[in-house]
Amino acid sequence: MAQQTAPPDTSAEDAHKPDSAVVRDALGVGVAVGLSGFAFGVTSAGSGLSLLQSCALSLLVFTGASQFALVGALAAGGNPFTAAAGAFFLGVRNAFYGLRLSQLLALPRAVRPLAAQWVIDETTAVTLAQPTRRARRLGFTVTGLTLYLLWNLTTLLGALGAKAIGDTDAWGLDAAGPAVFLALLAPMLRTPTERAVAGLAVLLGLGLLPVLPAGVPVLVAALAAPLALVAEGRRRGRGADDAGRSDEPDATDGADGPGGSARSEEGR
Amino acid sequence: MNTWIAIGVTALGCYVVKLAGLLVPAQAVERPLVRRLAALLPVALLAALTAQQTFAHGHTLVLDARAAGLAAAAVALVLRAPFLLVVAAAVVVTAGVRAIGG
Repeated sequence: MAQQTAPPDTSAEDAHKPDSAVVRDALGVGVAVGLSGFAFGVTSAGSGLSLLQSCALSLLVFTGASQFALVGALAAGGNPFTAAAGAFFLGVRNAFYGLRLSQLLALPRAVRPLAAQWVIDETTAVTLAQPTRRARRLGFTVTGLTLYLLWNLTTLLGALGAKAIGDTDAWGLDAAGPAVFLALLAPMLRTPTERAVAGLAVLLGLGLLPVLPAGVPVLVAALAAPLALVAEGRRRGRGADDAGRSDEPDATDGADGPGGSARSEEGR
Repeated sequence: MNTWIAIGVTALGCYVVKLAGLLVPAQAVERPLVRRLAALLPVALLAALTAQQTFAHGHTLVLDARAAGLAAAAVALVLRAPFLLVVAAAVVVTAGVRAIGG
């Protein structure tokens, strides 16, 4: 039916993406990621945070990686400000998502303070994948709402469950945090620069761990990002130099043949 | 009390950057260098955090069941498993290695 009415043009077909398809996309992401709030609740309670503290984090911070980072740093004995700084730096990427989303969604100013809390990896991913403004707004809203509700509900259940489970480490739940980080990190490691940043950050993070106060090594490891940018800039600069230099010998080689013979003739 | 301070600072900071993204005129942060840094910063932080939460115990480096769990998560990622399955693989393998190792 749709094939009969829709023109063969794919962009036009995309533009007619039915609301039900957008909702399906949004629910898929919202439910899958929302359920992992359980892992956060357990990890948070296992790290020594109270039920209220765990729930406050999911309600107020609502950006998973920052939450895991904060409870990890607090469990490791970091002071509250270095722990918060690490979590904050992880949250900075949301500002860049917001920039893209504000253009795509064109939200009224009054709605923005409310929508802001939902500006995270997953809502951005779903919104960017939609063809029209209507679909984007729908995708953002459904993903945001589903994820927010489920993430908070499962945080509560996880934090409650952690007590029932007893020793959360015996259940391997201390591996949930790093697995979440790895899952978020993996798709970012596409180019050599990204891999170099990750490698250097691991070395800094682990190498400085025994000698610096808890939480500080991660912040120092963040320097891998600007360092890699400087190195990239240098390499690009030197690459341009190399190209210039390799051009020169070519040019002189070309001129050298006759020039050399001219000189050798002079020598004679 | 310390925990509440950390929660308060994190919640405020994280909300402000989200809102800033929606309110700031695009050209203010559109500079390529800023965008590039913003893309690389999470890479560095996530890599360092993954390593620390896998290989650290307090201030000492250790190799324990978590490493096996992380390896399982990596395999699941390579096989393009969904997010929840990746986390589940890490948890199950870590618990399994601990159960076997006593």
